[in-house]
Amino acid sequence: MDNQATYNYKVVRQFAVMTVVWGIVGMLVGVIIAAQLVWPDLNVHEWLSYGRLRPLHTNAVIFAFGGCALFATSYYVVQRTGHTPLFAPGLAAFTFWGWQLVIVLAAVTLPLGITSSKEYAELEWPIDILITLVWVSYAVVFFGTIMKRKVPHIYVANWFYGGFILTVAILHLVNSCAIPVTLTKSYSCYAGVQDAMIQWWYGHNAVGFFLTAGFLGMMYYFVPKQAGRPVYSYRLSVVHFWALIFTYMWAGPHHLHYTALPDWAQSVGMVFSLILLAPSWGGMINGIMTMSGAWHKLRDDPILKFLITSLSFYGMSTFEGPMMSIKTVNALSHYTDWTVGHVHSGALGWVAFISIGSIYYLIPRLFGREQMYSVKLMTVHFWIATIGVVLYIAAMWIAGVMQGLMWRATNPDGTLTYAFVESVKSTYPFWTIRFLGGLMFLVGMLLMAWNVWKTVAGQKPYDAPVLAPAGSHA
Amino acid sequence: MDINDIRSILTVLAFATFMGIVVWAYSRRRRAAFDEAANLPFTEDELPGAARQRKEGKAS
Repeated sequence: MDNQATYNYKVVRQFAVMTVVWGIVGMLVGVIIAAQLVWPDLNVHEWLSYGRLRPLHTNAVIFAFGGCALFATSYYVVQRTGHTPLFAPGLAAFTFWGWQLVIVLAAVTLPLGITSSKEYAELEWPIDILITLVWVSYAVVFFGTIMKRKVPHIYVANWFYGGFILTVAILHLVNSCAIPVTLTKSYSCYAGVQDAMIQWWYGHNAVGFFLTAGFLGMMYYFVPKQAGRPVYSYRLSVVHFWALIFTYMWAGPHHLHYTALPDWAQSVGMVFSLILLAPSWGGMINGIMTMSGAWHKLRDDPILKFLITSLSFYGMSTFEGPMMSIKTVNALSHYTDWTVGHVHSGALGWVAFISIGSIYYLIPRLFGREQMYSVKLMTVHFWIATIGVVLYIAAMWIAGVMQGLMWRATNPDGTLTYAFVESVKSTYPFWTIRFLGGLMFLVGMLLMAWNVWKTVAGQKPYDAPVLAPAGSHA
Repeated sequence: MDINDIRSILTVLAFATFMGIVVWAYSRRRRAAFDEAANLPFTEDELPGAARQRKEGKAS
């Protein structure tokens, strides 16, 4: 028993802890740029100006916070459901240090103004190459572990993680294609409307695969585990997976309504975005129904509160998204703060909540403890974060609809009723509320950091022994 | 036959494949295998004391 092989928890621990660290960094930058919108005097230096910090915020929360959470949970889940330690542990360690280097390089280059100016793909070509190396290593480790699993089935969570890893590789390679001019400057391989279409094919699939499929992998493991019952319908989860795979790829054009993109392509994007409602809600219902018969656990389990609330936000934002992709609705919502509200309903309510719940689940198990240091503090974190998200998205909904209505309002003689700056002025109160909501979310993350610190301080890292699969699975 | 015909055929094939997956997923003979797969996360103990607790008859 003493010499028994253990799971590779080291890399999971590293990524889990860095999830909390980068969450705080990324959200702090978010709070700063929210404050800059309310108090423009806070743009103190070009390196710290809104235009430079905004891509730093998006990169930090998506790829640093979300990315670390995905690495941590996928490495944990693939080992445990396959009853085998990670394949190529050296390569797994490289994915950790390589990914941290990417994040640090992003944090240096973006404030300096070094950018390819493609949204969510701003990093310049040398960093893009490093990302490719890390990502290929990630794929080798993940799929290698799946190959050496000791059970016949590949659990559905691993399908979602696998789909996410493969698709992000393709998206990154195609969209980042560029001709380098100097070490810090390159030009995209594409031009004009093709460039726009590839960018938003990438952009929307980054939402669909980086920010959805990967986190659905978390849902399909951590919700059943924490609820103590298997997923409501495994068959639905199989259909959920394939429906997302077959549909998401087409939705990108809804980012380019009423542009130079051919009209038929816009309509295709709109129709597929509407179709997406079905698999999205199927998955949400599957997650939430897993709780049936165990609803009482929600009362005093903050991890379940985070997980189940994240599914509610997933349902809300995957209803809102298809609705906003309808051209006539988009004519009102596009370019307004409604879009920002929609994104944060998904990013804070769904992605961050499910990550926070999963990390709270993981941390004690990675350090040989039964529980987090303070369950009460987790509950406080849950409520402060929930109120923060609600303030944030409600403020942005109102601001967005108001902006859309003001921009399209015309006088009887056809002239515009409002100058643009009047809509900016009217938005100030809502930007202030958004700042407060974001600040509350950040405070919640700081509580989490303290709770994690108190949980792991003085604890020895714990690596669970690899368990032989039970008889029926062998 | 030009490239657009091939594109149309591919779209129809993708749809047919998806419908095939749905029929397969809900077919009766997959039931036992899926039930087994659904229980994969529960074939393991995670906490340090879990093995001992199980021996004592307490579920972890």
